Amino acid sequence: MPIYFDNAATSYPKPPCALEACKDFTERVGANPGRSGHRLSVEAGRILYDARASLAELFNIEDPLQIIFTYNATYAVNVALFGLLKPGDHVITSSIEHNAIARPLRYLESQGVELMRVPVDPKSCQIDPDDFKKALKSNTKLIAILHGSNVTGVIFPIAEIGKIARENDVLFLADVAQTAGAYPVDVETMNIDFLAFTGHKSLFGMQGTGGLYVREGINLLPLVRGGTGSKSEEDVQPDFMPDSLESGTPNTPGLAALAAGVKFIQERGILNIRSHEEELIRKLINGLIEIDEVNLVGDISLDCRLPVISFNIEGLLPSEVGQILDEKYNIMVRVGLHCAPWAHQTMGTYPKGTVRASLSYLNTKDEVDCFLKAVGEISKRRRI
Amino acid sequence: MQDYSVVTFYSTHHALKAEKVLKKEVEILVVPVPRSISANCGIALKFPTSEAKKTEEILARNRVAFEGIFPWPNG
Repeated sequence: MPIYFDNAATSYPKPPCALEACKDFTERVGANPGRSGHRLSVEAGRILYDARASLAELFNIEDPLQIIFTYNATYAVNVALFGLLKPGDHVITSSIEHNAIARPLRYLESQGVELMRVPVDPKSCQIDPDDFKKALKSNTKLIAILHGSNVTGVIFPIAEIGKIARENDVLFLADVAQTAGAYPVDVETMNIDFLAFTGHKSLFGMQGTGGLYVREGINLLPLVRGGTGSKSEEDVQPDFMPDSLESGTPNTPGLAALAAGVKFIQERGILNIRSHEEELIRKLINGLIEIDEVNLVGDISLDCRLPVISFNIEGLLPSEVGQILDEKYNIMVRVGLHCAPWAHQTMGTYPKGTVRASLSYLNTKDEVDCFLKAVGEISKRRRI
Repeated sequence: MQDYSVVTFYSTHHALKAEKVLKKEVEILVVPVPRSISANCGIALKFPTSEAKKTEEILARNRVAFEGIFPWPNG
């Protein structure tokens, strides 16, 4: 069995209930949701509704129909940014964003949207909420930031940012790709107007599933238009949620698995999931500190972090470390820039990048031990 | 013979939300929408007309958007 420490990219393995839900839909139901009036189509529609309802419960969203399904968090972020921002609008983000936010904002900047990047401290990898307050302008429309960094593992105080946004009549987008399922997210107490999530990471769903919550009363210009199964006599896009922003057949088997993943999380409790992940990352970081040749990158404090750590081994390229771990030790990690050049520029690891180990609730302490032994051997071997 | 009505929706997603909130309190049946009533989404909920007021009230309380309530066409 491989040791899989690349969960920040996609979680693997999935809980058996997620696989079962995917199989059950495909075998027993199979039809297109929300399109036809027959029994199997209605059942597919129910599965989709239940998936929305379970996510609504997880994020404290009052109306499940304010959630639209997308392929992933990237797509969800794009639906929000392109649906909302117009030339002349000012948007504030952090200087450690994943390309999911960085690239659409850079493009929108070229189209006349004003972009302000709030600095991130290279040591603590943390933001200062006051900087967001200071960055506000009369034309600020939106603050858009990630919740947890896929490179540093640092979690941002999004409730504080959401409060600043709300107090100043600015909308707030939170990208919870890395945190949903493993860290409490509440759109009400955190004042989140747009919540972009993905299904295939700590929510334990399949690749090709994700979604966007849009606060009621906010109208976004659709990014994509097409068939919705509603108002079929009209050739213009419906203006109600979720149909306005959700065209084309969704990944229903994947979303069935996502709903099962959410149920798995609810049954175990997010706090229990967190405490297991914290135990693993503590063991991992403390073990890596002991290895002289290992340079940990970014913040290594154990409070309020994801089970993610970036590091380099002296004298070896990240890609070489990744290759040895894979070929010799059957351990999977991600190396390079992790789709986040801004983060590496902030931490001084651009363009070389880092080796990133990212854990999941389903990893074990034994696996961490194996990983530490492997990294120790690679480090020593290099020295000889 | 029991008298039936049907509530129609703009979207199947709305119809299925309605099914969720109604099913414990009203005897409902998910049915394909008769074309003579609506050309919107493919499904509607059929229920005894005697429950019409209650149905409307539950939908309003749960903020489910619906198109209209119509008598179930006979024959």
